[in-house]
Amino acid sequence: MKKILIIGTNEPIVKTIARLIEKNGQFIAETATNITEALQTCEQHALCLILIGAGINEADEQQFMQFLKTDYPNIPVIRHYGGGSGLLYAEIHQALGTLPQP
Amino acid sequence: MSQSIIHKANSRGAADHGWLKSYHTFSFAGYYNPERINFGALRVLNDDFVTGGMGFGEHPHDNMEIISIPLEGDLQHKDSMGNTATIKTGEIQVMSAGTGIYHSEYNPNPEKPVKFLQIWLFPNKRNVSPRYDQQKIDDQTKNEFVQILSPDSNDSGVWIYQDAWFSLSNFEAGTSKNYKIHKEDNGVYIFLLEGSLEIDGKTIETRDGFGIWDIANVEIKALTNSKFLLMEVPMHF
Repeated sequence: MKKILIIGTNEPIVKTIARLIEKNGQFIAETATNITEALQTCEQHALCLILIGAGINEADEQQFMQFLKTDYPNIPVIRHYGGGSGLLYAEIHQALGTLPQP
Repeated sequence: MSQSIIHKANSRGAADHGWLKSYHTFSFAGYYNPERINFGALRVLNDDFVTGGMGFGEHPHDNMEIISIPLEGDLQHKDSMGNTATIKTGEIQVMSAGTGIYHSEYNPNPEKPVKFLQIWLFPNKRNVSPRYDQQKIDDQTKNEFVQILSPDSNDSGVWIYQDAWFSLSNFEAGTSKNYKIHKEDNGVYIFLLEGSLEIDGKTIETRDGFGIWDIANVEIKALTNSKFLLMEVPMHF
């Protein structure tokens, strides 16, 4: 099953998003609340997508993006806006290119 | 040279969950159209109808400016910052989700539906402290652009973390006014709540949306008595 990494410093929100992502049985969610954990997760799991949420400072985000560009250039990265967001599924599938056309 | 787009009311994404009927101008939840993702910083424009006593349970948001405008009825809001409030018709609510916030929204009236607009804008600053505000808006003045939102806390209406200005207008038939944009490169999106307008030589009807950009100003003429929400937003952000 495809794995998605969710990064964000607000642990309850990260957990909610993980629950929502795993809800339909299509994906497994991995979580990280800081960049160090995120880097480790990238090395330990084959990820299909990374979602960056709130709380990660700009310098850390840039460092992480640079790491991905070098070591994992094929993993798409998108920003998300919370688990209640009606945007979550559309943006995941849009990033993965798995959305049906209208 | 100005550019424009019309989103006809019947081309919006429609969702019917029984207790919730929603029309999505832009891709949202189960509605996805790659040509309808956003208009500049404007990402969500939902025209919602919630039956009596029902609503959205607690859910989180982050890094989004969320604006609710009841059109009929009331909406009860509770959030993780401890705010509990009822937003009534004639008011506007704003929430900067920033580093993260949980909230719920319910229709507190068991017998009466609530109709409201839910609008989300990408912020110009990420990871701010979450904040909430609500204010009364002037929905009686005729033939003016009545500002209800801006980026400036000292200006009229609520404020948000984005270089955006909203106004709500009631134009009588035949009224024509020129709207000057506040910031270069901003575009204007007009959502017509009721009536008929002519904008840039094109006609729109109730619940149509009209976006125009690469402009310094825009002439808006009411063909019938019309009520509309004008949203000036950055096209690049």
